[in-house]
Amino acid sequence: MSLPAIEVEGLSKVFTLHLQGGSRLPVLRGAALAVLPGECVALTGPSGAGKSTLMRTLYGNYLPQAGRIVLRANGTEVDILAAGPRAVAALRRGTIGYVSQFLRVIPRVSARDVVADPLRANGVAEAEAQARADALLARLNIPERLRRIPPATFSGGEQQRVNIARGLAWPYPVLLLDEPTASLDPANRDIVVAMINEAKARGAAIVGIFHDVEVRARVADREHAVAPLAEAA
Amino acid sequence: MLTDAPLLEAKTVSLRFGRIAALDEVSIQVWPGEVLAVVGESGSGKTTLLRVLHGDLSPDAGQVLYAGRDIHAMAAPDRKWLARNEWGFVHQNPRDGLRMAVSAGGNIGERLMAAGARHWGNIRAAAIEWLARVEIPEDRIDDPPRKFSGGMQQRLQIARVLVMGPRIVFMDEPTGGLDVSVQARLLDLIRRLTHELGLASVIVTHDLAVARLLADRTVVMQQGRVVEQGLTDQVLDDPHHAYTQLLVSSVLQA
Repeated sequence: MSLPAIEVEGLSKVFTLHLQGGSRLPVLRGAALAVLPGECVALTGPSGAGKSTLMRTLYGNYLPQAGRIVLRANGTEVDILAAGPRAVAALRRGTIGYVSQFLRVIPRVSARDVVADPLRANGVAEAEAQARADALLARLNIPERLRRIPPATFSGGEQQRVNIARGLAWPYPVLLLDEPTASLDPANRDIVVAMINEAKARGAAIVGIFHDVEVRARVADREHAVAPLAEAA
Repeated sequence: MLTDAPLLEAKTVSLRFGRIAALDEVSIQVWPGEVLAVVGESGSGKTTLLRVLHGDLSPDAGQVLYAGRDIHAMAAPDRKWLARNEWGFVHQNPRDGLRMAVSAGGNIGERLMAAGARHWGNIRAAAIEWLARVEIPEDRIDDPPRKFSGGMQQRLQIARVLVMGPRIVFMDEPTGGLDVSVQARLLDLIRRLTHELGLASVIVTHDLAVARLLADRTVVMQQGRVVEQGLTDQVLDDPHHAYTQLLVSSVLQA
């Protein structure tokens, strides 16, 4: 098993700001990255260097101008840029998990349902999806009374733990983690570190942004520097 | 897995109202089980597009294919049959989709009767079930919708449409006239029902938050043209077209 699960080549991303007179903001130029199954790569570099842009591009949330993003998982190989939006939507269901920095709360949807959603989307029966979501939230110290209500009123750390539970609920072969431990206390941080290492052990290819140096050392196999581009002329 | 054909497809559809190009070579696809949002300001052509997709207006050029058949080339009774049995239409104003003097139960049941249901007990049971699914208390079954709040009327309209088991539902600003608190409930209901029933739907809205919450993919229209389309979060988080950037940047952050 030597082929990378994530293989990025020649990736270029320029933001054209039409409301600012069409000024162009290049963020990625010819970016390349390869991540093996079971490997965790930490993106490093100063704020604004393009770490989050690279992550969002891998998720299909940002659309680059050029390049290839090949994902190899579940016996298939897909270039998500060539395959288009519906293929990306299908990959998000079973292949790519993404833990964003902030939870997007949906009115009236309980924390448990937020976490059970990716399980349902992958065909897990309702009762089992609920039970697995419950167990994950319990492990992340979200008390029972909170699991039943929408996370809109939760603290930042609680929302982040719901987000992590959602992102790790299904055994995605590709995981993208954007600052998963930023607002967690040490005890919960340890739990998340353990969960990330379990995902690696089952073969997930992980790309993460971890500003916490200690967390980075405990989960990442290597670092990948993202350097800021020179200002456009 | 992605080789399946679209359920509904507009192919370079154009329609002029006098000198105005209401639709200018619009091409879109909708696949089974997918929610597609059509966004844009008033006058962008989005409601006209919905009416052409639903067969209410004929385009000057181009085709609308439903399950591979050109709906504007087929005989009117065939199109009518599809509209009654396989398509649903949710109007912005519930008065346009409900019979205001008929009881809530009747609004749901008469659709079934028109489709051939005769057993009164079954019809009433279906009406009760659908009232519950759209969160209308069973004891309101004999009240006419004019005694309902706006949000409840809109939920009843949705029940009246979905009871027929359509394969695709067209919605024109379904939360348009409602208070924000009522909107959230309706949106959650639409989100849940479209998922549960695996419905394809096309939702016309000027509200990007509605698109964000409900739609898998989003099409942006300006002056009768599709200027951008893609995954909803991609279109909203990384808009490429100047008009989409303007729309996204004009939304107030709460």
